[in-house]
Amino acid sequence: MSSDWPRVRLHVVTGKGGTGKTTVAASLALALASQGKNVLVCEVEGRQGLARMFDVDPLPYAETLIATGLRTGPDGAGTRPGTVHALHIDPESALLEYLAMYYRLGRAGKALDRFGVIEFATTIAPGVRDVLLTGKVFEAVQRNSRNKGAIQYDAVVLDAPPTGRITQFLNVSDELAGLAKVGPIKSQADTMMTLFRSPRTAVHLVTVLEEMPVQETADGIEELRAAGLPVGGVIVNLVRPRDLPDDALALAAAGKLDKEAVRAELDAVGVSTTKTLVDGLAAEARDHAERRALEESQRALVDQLGVPTYELERLAGGIDLGGLYDLAATLRDQGLA
Amino acid sequence: MSPAGPRQGRVGPLAAHPGESPALDVDALIDDPQTRIIVCCGSGGVGKTTTSAALALRAAERGRKVVVLTIDPARRLAQSMGIEELDNTPRPVADVDATAGGSLDAMMLDMKSTFDEVVLSQATPEKAKAILENPFYIVLSTSFAGTQEYMAMEKLGQIHADAQERGTYDLIVVDTPPSRSALDFLDAPERLSSFLDGRFIRLMLAPAKGPAKLMTAGLGLVTGALTKVLGAQVLTDLQTFVAALDTVFGGFRARAQRTYALLQAPGTAFVVVAAPEPDALREAAYFVERLNGDRMPLAGLVVNRASPEPRGKLSAEEALAAAERIEARGSAGATGELTAGLLRLHADRMRTLAREAALRARFTAAHPGVATAVVPALASDVHDLRGLRRVGELLARR
Repeated sequence: MSSDWPRVRLHVVTGKGGTGKTTVAASLALALASQGKNVLVCEVEGRQGLARMFDVDPLPYAETLIATGLRTGPDGAGTRPGTVHALHIDPESALLEYLAMYYRLGRAGKALDRFGVIEFATTIAPGVRDVLLTGKVFEAVQRNSRNKGAIQYDAVVLDAPPTGRITQFLNVSDELAGLAKVGPIKSQADTMMTLFRSPRTAVHLVTVLEEMPVQETADGIEELRAAGLPVGGVIVNLVRPRDLPDDALALAAAGKLDKEAVRAELDAVGVSTTKTLVDGLAAEARDHAERRALEESQRALVDQLGVPTYELERLAGGIDLGGLYDLAATLRDQGLA
Repeated sequence: MSPAGPRQGRVGPLAAHPGESPALDVDALIDDPQTRIIVCCGSGGVGKTTTSAALALRAAERGRKVVVLTIDPARRLAQSMGIEELDNTPRPVADVDATAGGSLDAMMLDMKSTFDEVVLSQATPEKAKAILENPFYIVLSTSFAGTQEYMAMEKLGQIHADAQERGTYDLIVVDTPPSRSALDFLDAPERLSSFLDGRFIRLMLAPAKGPAKLMTAGLGLVTGALTKVLGAQVLTDLQTFVAALDTVFGGFRARAQRTYALLQAPGTAFVVVAAPEPDALREAAYFVERLNGDRMPLAGLVVNRASPEPRGKLSAEEALAAAERIEARGSAGATGELTAGLLRLHADRMRTLAREAALRARFTAAHPGVATAVVPALASDVHDLRGLRRVGELLARR
């Protein structure tokens, strides 16, 4: 299956809290690497979620190799798998690196720190934090000769801030518009916006099939479009398993499952049945049917969003590294990577 | 690990037994007239807004005069309480059962107008005008991460003072933003102080206050570097901004310290909200430690969205094995297919329960004695008072 996003160099992954944004970002990075791409996955919220996801030590402000993609191809040894590097971006380090890369400040650079300027810029100065974070992401996508010996990546995946904040986060020139109308910061912000608004960027939104996350996804898409930022796909995460056939679901919802028949079936395979057990199974089925119905109604809304959708199943045991590779394979098969 | 590990029959989060962690007595908390403020904190997506609203509604219907303050920009509370528009003024919520003598108002924090109010109350009219029009102020008051948390606490302070004076409310429930910075308000007084006393302010004020005296070699270097990086215009705006704010900062600091003291006072109760997921519980652990460290009164932990405990006793392994036996018989038929499906569904739920129980046991082992209330996941979303009442009942169930 070929990718729906062949031209995209920067995959931004956002989503409402608790929907599995980091999981999707990590799986997408692995999926891209499985196609022979060298990928950088960045996190910007200081949570070290990627390190936990890949089961490695907390990430420093340095591109760190954390995984390789799966070997794919018809004979299992076809494409040479790519790599996944990870980078934890914090605003202080990003600012110092930026200053070192673009300005030869020398002693003045140290003085900036001593006078609390670095602290001011990264914690108190409005909007600067976001610009520093997005600035580093931009640098990783569009490497130039100033960063000597740096790896050239085929794709960058950003584990971005949540849906409610994503447009503001990426819309750096608007954020700075009130502050710097001219000058070096303004032109830097404009260059960044050119990339973020181009078809080389895609903002993917992760959701679960519940009312509020789906609503926030719809709102998020609208905001992104209004800001001229390219909307990618919607990844529907944590989808419930579909163990029950549709007709059984309807019966379960109505409380009309044939419990006697189920009991006989269980007895036949040697499960010691009690009324409590059979009633319990029917109650679980009813509960499940109710949730599935809710999911279906939300899925219909997601379908109306008019963007490509991808789907990941809920794993009862939680996510581990093996699970990530499974999710990566699913995303690749569905064409996100 | 607790000796009661994830064994079949008591694996459910609802099977919390007395030895593990004490139950959070929600009704005792909201009925106690000494409880004046409840702050709900926790990571995003755990149902914090719903929990705050449900607590507020339950307290109101049990006779308290309650106001609930939400600062979530997604307007979820507005949706869940059936209110179309929330602004910076508390509005009465319709259809609250007032037979016990209580009432419920709700409001959504407007970060910018709260900030503006503070400036207006602290500065002379000319100075206030200069600040309100400065580009740095405009960005700071609308989009600076951390302003929201801080302004929520400012608003809490205002409502509290107002309530004290006029007897408008006897309980304030506060929802917090969905991020780790939800605890930024704890740092606000200190951050403000270190900023005020810091060199940066002096640096910015230096030219205005007499460059000849203060312009050391280092200062010249820094100003030069800033001009190079920022451009001269931005630097001038910044200096004007800092100079204007300088006069009102003292007031800010005093207010921040008062709010901090209010949060530590005995009438305040923090409720940490989580879901049975690794990230949410890790954040909850962070909140609990942080609150203890700052001597903030922690009432307990609410674990939302817990999987309900099944009734029958059948382990995940047994259920899967039986499902496979049914399918192995070949022509299973419709009943066979249904039964196998039910068994797989059950196995899935048992595995989820075991995972949740292990996560909670880990939290309890590290934080014994944190009173806990477990709320099972509801099959459908909560978006009306009826739903909130139901959540309130589940919260209070012991």
